[in-house]
Amino acid sequence: MSHSNHATEQVLRSSGVDVRKCMRCGKCTATCPAFDEMEYHPHQFVYMVEKGEIEKLAASPSIYKCLSCFACVDRCPRGVEPAKLVEAVRLSVIRKQGQNHMSPDAIPALLDEDMPQQLFVTALRKYSK
Amino acid sequence: MKFSYYPGCTLKTKGKDLDRYGRLCAEALGFTLQELPDWQCCGAVYPMAKDEIATKLSAVRALVSTRDAGEELVTLCSACHNVIKQVNNDMKTDADIALRVNNYLGLETPYHGETNVLHYLEVLRDRVGFDNIKAAVKNPLTGRKIAAYYGCLLLRPGKVMQFDDPENPTILEDFIRAIGAQPVAWGMRNECCGGYVAVEDKTQAQKRSGIVMEDAASNGADTVITACPLCLYNLQKNGGSTLPVVYFTELLAEALGVK
Ligand code: SF4
Ligand code: SF4
Repeated sequence: MSHSNHATEQVLRSSGVDVRKCMRCGKCTATCPAFDEMEYHPHQFVYMVEKGEIEKLAASPSIYKCLSCFACVDRCPRGVEPAKLVEAVRLSVIRKQGQNHMSPDAIPALLDEDMPQQLFVTALRKYSK
Repeated sequence: MKFSYYPGCTLKTKGKDLDRYGRLCAEALGFTLQELPDWQCCGAVYPMAKDEIATKLSAVRALVSTRDAGEELVTLCSACHNVIKQVNNDMKTDADIALRVNNYLGLETPYHGETNVLHYLEVLRDRVGFDNIKAAVKNPLTGRKIAAYYGCLLLRPGKVMQFDDPENPTILEDFIRAIGAQPVAWGMRNECCGGYVAVEDKTQAQKRSGIVMEDAASNGADTVITACPLCLYNLQKNGGSTLPVVYFTELLAEALGVK
């Protein structure tokens, strides 16, 4: 199995998403509040994973832009749940040693006195392992 | 009525008002929130991946303690509610996750999602009843125009949360009417404020929360209410508006005369 095949299998297994259900309607992308910030949009995650283009997705800052708002999960007419692919690709990156997107040491400098605890708990959960 | 209660990390620190007023109002309305003795932080964002097990354990521990106490579990923070309810759904519907979690925890009685999880607002609607709340109001908030901000986490994914119609919810508007105020009609009430990236990308958080606050203000709201400390922080700090954002429990306490 090639490296790319292996990576694709891992993302499919980890997300539980069936990319073949997608009918390319673009509704997920149209409703995504992170649209402007993303190089690859939710519907592109779906077809790029289908085509096995995991490396491109893994190298893109798009994986850190998802707001976990579940809008694409709820509003996809085919139940594809694209956010789960964004998360699975992000995990495939940060699970590798030395690939944390944000280290715990970097967080104190970014805090302000009003920030709720849940915000840095989430930052650690989303950006580092 | 007594429930097991999961406050979560933020309600012990920056979000104390959400918790304090919630408990005061519960007593005034005839139900008790019994804090779980041994809860741990839920992690504040639902781990979506099927091979994430460790990050789901703290939610399962709270669910198991509640089951063992023979009670239902009440949450107040939208994020805790979302995490705990989605993990509970995994334990009920995903045999592989349930097996791995149960093996890890080594429980005497394995857990399979038996605990019923209720958000505080659901207790108000389904157990106390908005009519009874209306009858208990001492200081109706007459003339106040309130924008109900649902955000994402109470509503979505709709088939798991089963909180209200995710595209056309009414529970917070019914709550606003029960305390004598007038709910504002506005479009951004169930769109994301961008709170989760407020550490990573302040510009994105400012843009999203600005859109939400602008919509509330232009539809004549004098106050925005929320059940989420992160939404409250982000809308207030990054929304670029002077419109106050408060917890729904604070307005309830005001109306019940226990503030
Ligand atoms: S969950 Fe992420 S990808 Fe999906 S609509 Fe929200 S921000 Fe976009
Ligand atoms: S909304 Fe669903 S079916 Fe439509 S493009 Fe997105 S993933 Fe595919």
